[in-house]
Amino acid sequence: MNQLFDFFLSPFQEFIFMRHALVACLALALGCGPVGVLLVLRRMSLVGDALSHAVLPGAALGFLISGLSLYAMTLGGLVAGLAVALLAGAVTRLTVLREDASFAALYLISLASGVLLVSLRGSNIDLIHVLFGTILAVDDAALILVAVITTVTLLILAVIYRPLIVECVDPGFLRSVGGGGAAMHFIFLVLVVLNLVAGFRALGTLMAVGLMMVPAVSAGFWARQVWSTALAAVIIAMLAGYSGLLLSFHANLPSGPSIILTAGLCYFFSVIFGRHGSIYERHRKGEHLEG
Amino acid sequence: MSRIIRILAVLLVLCCSGSATETRAENKIKVVASFSILEDLVKNVGGNRVEVTSLVGPNGDVHVYQPTPADAKAVSAANLVVVNGLGMEGWMERLVQTSGYKGPIVVATKGIKPREMSKEEEEAHEYVAKHKHEIDPHAWQDLGNGIIYVNNIARGLSTVDPAGAAIYQANATAYNAKLTDLDRWVKKEFAAIPARKRRMITSHDALGYFGAAYGIEILSLLGFSTESEAAAGDIARLIKQIRQEKITAVFIENITDPRLMEQVAKESGVTLGGELYSDSLSKAGEPAPTYIDMFKNNVSKIVAAMRQGL
Repeated sequence: MNQLFDFFLSPFQEFIFMRHALVACLALALGCGPVGVLLVLRRMSLVGDALSHAVLPGAALGFLISGLSLYAMTLGGLVAGLAVALLAGAVTRLTVLREDASFAALYLISLASGVLLVSLRGSNIDLIHVLFGTILAVDDAALILVAVITTVTLLILAVIYRPLIVECVDPGFLRSVGGGGAAMHFIFLVLVVLNLVAGFRALGTLMAVGLMMVPAVSAGFWARQVWSTALAAVIIAMLAGYSGLLLSFHANLPSGPSIILTAGLCYFFSVIFGRHGSIYERHRKGEHLEG
Repeated sequence: MSRIIRILAVLLVLCCSGSATETRAENKIKVVASFSILEDLVKNVGGNRVEVTSLVGPNGDVHVYQPTPADAKAVSAANLVVVNGLGMEGWMERLVQTSGYKGPIVVATKGIKPREMSKEEEEAHEYVAKHKHEIDPHAWQDLGNGIIYVNNIARGLSTVDPAGAAIYQANATAYNAKLTDLDRWVKKEFAAIPARKRRMITSHDALGYFGAAYGIEILSLLGFSTESEAAAGDIARLIKQIRQEKITAVFIENITDPRLMEQVAKESGVTLGGELYSDSLSKAGEPAPTYIDMFKNNVSKIVAAMRQGL
């Protein structure tokens, strides 16, 4: 019993930085889970990745202007991410270009201008290192930021849940009953950017996308409804955060990758054994039909 | 496609060599150093006969630097290139090749016995054991090595500018005398501190030579290079160690991200002893604009932190 306690709980009891990391992971999971599921539902799984690159230059600009300030970097990231999301949305609605294509073009432009900005100032401290936060150095300010963003995300999602899903499934219907499809879509993109920025303070951008997408994709194998899939995604993300931190603590591995790889294990498990549409499930059904 | 790239590359080299011939018209010997500490040493040896530029500027991180075309231009226009060696500037070899530089290269650490993690040290800091067989390039952190650096630079300058050889030699001797005095001062400062208090913690493993030369045990968060990422287990062990052994000297370096170290210090209840300059000098007007100032700054901060709780 004591050993179990030592293994599973005492790291968090003994060290503040572990508690901070855990709380940050749990809060991120709450916000990122539903957002990730909706991204998958809208067939925008890779947009999260594109937006994370789009966020980077804004954050870099914030860093160049006012140093290692949480607020400047967050604000910069937010502005850059929103600009790309807005522009991509506008281009899609005004031209024949599809959304993924305009995202691809715009995030690359954003990324390139970021690299340009950084080099203008001369390569000083390796910026990628500065920008990629580490979950082990989450301070109070970062924690509050993550919590605020998660709260705002969940509240807004609760309000726009119905029209948003209608917009995903049948945009024509929403238009015919006078719902603002474009507005829903844009609000949703704002939420994506917000959550990426939160994750990027805690985990670093690449890892933040991981915590958003991997649990969401895995959750699809376990639930059929949007709300239950989102719930499954949150649970998987929380589990990944907790066990990833434990892994990092006991096996001495870098924390960000540990967390995402734990989520990756959940993904492979779901692909093989999930309740809906997994390899095992399909195989079983196939046999059933033959029989 | 690859042919276009090849043609562009040739054009680039041509441009570079073109500008090289222009700039050689001036009288001063042009020296390119890889980072700011070497730049300062070359300045002191060369005096006003040389004009030295550093590729990685003040407060920059030489481990992860990415050269720009302007750097290639500077290298190709140089009469002499000075590098640290021991694997410090992994990007330098490619830069010299692409710039078309044909002149001599001074490896400032030539003749220095490179330091690796010794067996006992490995056990003492088991959490840095994965870096055990790497060679530590931060040799300038021992003033005795600094003297070898200076001599290597003086020899290099004399080869490209034989007319000034006597001057370089005189400058080097005068500067080395200063370094010897400084070395004596540093040893005296640390000798006044009891051995059990001569321990410190830094964010990356740059002060190995410093520790070995002046009898200080150094624990660090990351390995020799600033590139690795920390694991939760390592940080937990470090915090425990600080608490148990009551280490009071905890520092961040000017080139690394301070956030993690701030958390560690906060959690283990020590105050950070300020910023040390390990791999890079500061800008003029900040605490460590020269090699000698860097030592003075670091040593007085370390000594002050170690004296806490005595």
